[in-house]
Amino acid sequence: MTATTSSERVLMEGSEAIVRAAITAGCRFFAGYPMTPFTEVLEHSARLLPDVGGVCMNAESELEAVGMAWGAAATGARAATGSTGQGLSLMQESLSELTLAEVPLVVFNMSRSQGDYFQATRGGGHGDYRHIVLAPQDVREAIELTQLAFHLADKWRNPVLVYGDYLLAHTQEAVAIEARDFGALPDKEWAVDGSRSGSGWSATVTPLGVGKTGQRQFGQEGKAQYIATKLPLLEREVRFETGHVDDAETVIVAFGTPAKFVKYAIDQLRADGHRIGYVRPITLWPFPYDAVHAAAANARVVGSFEVSTGQLVDDVRIAVAGQAPVEHLGGVSTDGSGFGVGRLLDVDEVATRILALHRGEPQPPIPGYEEFTYELAAHQQEATP
Amino acid sequence: MSTTATPRGLGPVLDTRVAPSSGARVVEAQMPDLLLTEEHSLCPGCGEPLAVRVFLEAITELGLTQQAIAVAGIGCYTAFSGSIDVDLVQALHGRAPSVATGVKRMLPDSVVFTLQGDGDMVNEGLQEVLHTAARGERVTCILLNNGVFGETGGHMTSTSVLGQRTKNTIDGRDAELHGYPILIGDLISRLEGVAYVARGSVHNAGAVARTKRMFRRAFETQTSGAGFSFVEVLTMCPTGWFVPTADGPGELQRTLGEVHVMGELKVDGKIKTTEELHDENVPRQREIEAKFAAGGLDI
Repeated sequence: MTATTSSERVLMEGSEAIVRAAITAGCRFFAGYPMTPFTEVLEHSARLLPDVGGVCMNAESELEAVGMAWGAAATGARAATGSTGQGLSLMQESLSELTLAEVPLVVFNMSRSQGDYFQATRGGGHGDYRHIVLAPQDVREAIELTQLAFHLADKWRNPVLVYGDYLLAHTQEAVAIEARDFGALPDKEWAVDGSRSGSGWSATVTPLGVGKTGQRQFGQEGKAQYIATKLPLLEREVRFETGHVDDAETVIVAFGTPAKFVKYAIDQLRADGHRIGYVRPITLWPFPYDAVHAAAANARVVGSFEVSTGQLVDDVRIAVAGQAPVEHLGGVSTDGSGFGVGRLLDVDEVATRILALHRGEPQPPIPGYEEFTYELAAHQQEATP
Repeated sequence: MSTTATPRGLGPVLDTRVAPSSGARVVEAQMPDLLLTEEHSLCPGCGEPLAVRVFLEAITELGLTQQAIAVAGIGCYTAFSGSIDVDLVQALHGRAPSVATGVKRMLPDSVVFTLQGDGDMVNEGLQEVLHTAARGERVTCILLNNGVFGETGGHMTSTSVLGQRTKNTIDGRDAELHGYPILIGDLISRLEGVAYVARGSVHNAGAVARTKRMFRRAFETQTSGAGFSFVEVLTMCPTGWFVPTADGPGELQRTLGEVHVMGELKVDGKIKTTEELHDENVPRQREIEAKFAAGGLDI
């Protein structure tokens, strides 16, 4: 199969589908550095981009990957980079400044866990900024959200992060990849191409707020203030999915591939007569605070299911705002390598936890925790007040 | 300056029907086409405006104006990002070579150059410039080397020479404590993908003229598609060297210029080391000095 677009459904792993979706959305530049479970995104980019006249750079480090993608995007081309959360940690200086420079870069995180939630939504870098963060639940949705990511990046001149994981990158699904029209966008008259050099109106793409002599000068403070007034507008892009929330006594919030397990478990529990519903944030930022708040209005309890020590739960607590108690249901769980899917991500495990919350029973232990529980040393024992 | 009364008696205005007086003409004639203003915010005696001027003139002379795209690093020279009339992408400290790579790969017909200092290129972003050079990227990396972090007020960089006093080598750079200066041109010239490497200076008129020729060769190398090109320019920083403004050129020659020796390090695949340049240049320099001492130059 060489054609990128296919209206017929083809069995394809997530990373290939993401790359083909990106190309269909007009992406012509990718730079990356291999790291599990992101590596296949780089492999497919290296294989597929040249076929459409695009460029894939095997960057010598994540720092160089994001720099190259920055330069490509500054020319007005649709460009992307990516890594795992670890690699994105290396890129954070750029990922922060790109927002001030208003470079519309798309970034993929094929993460090793959901523990990159804070990195994605709070910003792992310095300064005041936000990225729009899209979290697909499966390969089919990843195709749409990848295409949407390029549109939103150009629409707002702001980086957009697509938050996937091992399961998404490596699962094969039968999918069709077709171009989507998300509406018209303004011309990229801000981009550099050299043609205006010497005209007195040459272009500058900069995070520093410097304009050419005679052009508008933001200054450092002005540029930061300009971005500050743009961020609230980005909140319009909030996306989410809800299920069975109208009469739900228990509401579960979950995102990404684990949310698909949660939805399946809740459908089964519903069939058994349990009044449980769910909210699935599709944008992690902007977070669907209003939707979670509304779903929690008549609930007895709200649970946040996430494969981490509990990060999403902070946003759920902000959203619920005291209307009901909020519990963290998940925990840390990977395969032995630390990169893949752990024992927790199993429909029965997930359903048991949700049902325990619904019944007001204690949560069962996370598989593995009993073997590796941190134990206080004698000198750490504190007297109970 | 001649003035004339307007017909309606509104008072004297500039007479634009005649050429301005010589002073104004000189400013107009001397300002490079690609500079939007003759003002800059750098210190008196700084060599960076001279270096900027020289590469802008080279671009204009080669007719590359409407292909030129700059990628600026972070340093004093960043102040020129608003006043050079060239499309420009501002990169982070040290990251300009990879940003330039992204630009060039998307716009292969453009002429892309980075503008970096020694702190930016040789300290913070050393791997960036080396990888970009090894890839044979068709870009030109420009290093303005003054052997000091000028923007922070005079601190040691990786090109500071041994014995150089800076705010954090107050007794002089000591190899035992601070290691040795990096001769970046020698590192780059040995890489296969590199087509042209030169080290110029702006401490006197001859050096400026020679440096402009280096820029021309570098940009011509880029447009020919031969590979990576690199021009280092030694620039005065009297503020960061803690010497009187007028002593900048002399100080450059005595310190930085003795270690980072001026000359072409790689042309048409032929490599010349800094050591070899030193062996060629120093006897010639001593000869000139001797002639001076003997009562004048016969040239």
